[in-house]
Amino acid sequence: MKSRSRKSRVLLDDTIRILSCLIAITSIIALVWIIYEVAMRGITAINFSFFTHLPAPPGVKGGGLANAITGTLAITALATIIGIPIGLMAGVYLSELGKGTPFGSLVRFFTSVMMGIPSIIMGLFIYSIMVVTFGSFSGYAGAVSLAVIMLPIIARVTEDMLGLVPSSLREAALALGAPGWKVTLGILFRASKSGLLTGSLLAIARVSGETAPLLFTALNSPYWVKSLSSPTANLTVTIFNYAMSPYPEWQRQAWGASFLITMTVLALTILSRLIIKEVKR
Amino acid sequence: MVNDTNQNSARQKVVERIFRIIATSCAALILMTIVGILIELFRGASLSIRTFGLSFLISQQWNPVIQMFGAGSSIFGTIVTTLIAMILAVPMSLILALFLTEIAPPIISRVVGYSLELLAAIPSIIYGMWGLFVFAPLMSKFVQPLLGKVFGFLPLFKGSCMGIGMLTAGLILALMILPFISAVMRDVFLMVPPVVKESAFGMGATTWEVTSKVTMRFGAHGLIGASFLGLGRAIGETMAVTFVIGNDHKISLSLFSPGNTIASTIANEFTEASEPLYKSSLIELGLILFLITLTIQILAHFWLKRIRKAVGNI
Repeated sequence: MKSRSRKSRVLLDDTIRILSCLIAITSIIALVWIIYEVAMRGITAINFSFFTHLPAPPGVKGGGLANAITGTLAITALATIIGIPIGLMAGVYLSELGKGTPFGSLVRFFTSVMMGIPSIIMGLFIYSIMVVTFGSFSGYAGAVSLAVIMLPIIARVTEDMLGLVPSSLREAALALGAPGWKVTLGILFRASKSGLLTGSLLAIARVSGETAPLLFTALNSPYWVKSLSSPTANLTVTIFNYAMSPYPEWQRQAWGASFLITMTVLALTILSRLIIKEVKR
Repeated sequence: MVNDTNQNSARQKVVERIFRIIATSCAALILMTIVGILIELFRGASLSIRTFGLSFLISQQWNPVIQMFGAGSSIFGTIVTTLIAMILAVPMSLILALFLTEIAPPIISRVVGYSLELLAAIPSIIYGMWGLFVFAPLMSKFVQPLLGKVFGFLPLFKGSCMGIGMLTAGLILALMILPFISAVMRDVFLMVPPVVKESAFGMGATTWEVTSKVTMRFGAHGLIGASFLGLGRAIGETMAVTFVIGNDHKISLSLFSPGNTIASTIANEFTEASEPLYKSSLIELGLILFLITLTIQILAHFWLKRIRKAVGNI
């Protein structure tokens, strides 16, 4: 081993320490900077008509994104309704039924893998199985693509949370003669409900800012959301379209929408953190 | 009475069986989705694969007018932006993970960890907005002229300072994957048994020496896995890159020049592509992206599994 003077070793160590502090500070600055810019630019676009009116044509002042707000709410709600039950049941399989089986390990492995598949691929996939099949872009397709993204997140969280429930609880219930499904739904879910809620909130937070999977499924629309079976207005694709437009008024609206999305996502994330803290206590 | 309980238990068995079938099929749905993506993308891309063959992968042509398509410039742009992001984000994440586990006092570590979590939660499109309207103007005004002045002799830093381009996209990608990689690396650091570290400290080693010679060796597989997770994310990142890369199908050595990535091309052009061959070429781009990210994810989790096994965690 090379021998180096103590001085140079300590110097190197101090350099790394200072560097690490600088990187940590940089990351905090980046976070504050992004939130600050979004808030400052977004807040000027937020007013009453932003929530109540349809988009105005370019050049015309005023107008709002009421249709996109309702569209995003509808698509996200439907995605949650589809994604959470399936994800929960997949998590039950991973934790209770398939534990230790080869099929269980295979599913567990690919659940992790699926979390890293780019969301635009999910968009292409749902485009080809739903939009092409039914012949039209639709809010339903958008909701399904978001649900597919939620699926592995919920499944993994469910598995982790059910794994935290002490097995004595399961055994006690089974010893009383309760069937497996009753143990799972009545006891395991109840014991880990805060954890499951956290996971669901995180999954909703994750998909409510997604844009790429909606680009060719829900598309976008300047009209009110009448049904989810046609192209459906939504906030994130609106941000994309408006930001790329040359009209300052549209760009301002895009910042307003960005503000709304950012605050929602951050609020959901913080809320889920608070719940999990409560659980740990 | 006896008959009644018998009937009851028979019903219970049926319910139990249905419950198991539902849970198993929900789990199977995850595997079916991955297989389904593969099949659907192959099907959608078949026209383009038949027309262009393997030359699709290297051809730089991208011309909807004459219906000639090649992925060359998209693959090039993906590699360049990802490379910039990885070169910056991997060492920074390593040092940041070190900061979180060894250097910072617990309270500060928690605050920084918390902000990293929020940074990771911010949607990609918000990074795009910020990148296009806030960061890119700064790049064109300050960073790019400075780089041009100092390193202008290199072809990498030549050209006009437009703000948007591959360098800006790479930098924003680096910021986006930093929280992901550092979070996983922190977990890997925490998995290293304290007694291993303590014995090195006991020999009089400094924190950095313990990290570089003990912790990093011990957790090497995990660190590679973490980097691969970040790599997968950077390659597939769509909206943020689409906002700032400029969307130009040209290969240029200069990092200041606009370019495109696989994901940004799909995001930008898919809804406009009306001809079957155009659409099929875009789906083939998606297929390439899927195969790359699938491989990277599989490798990443393979390595992360190894480190978990090594420390006896699952």
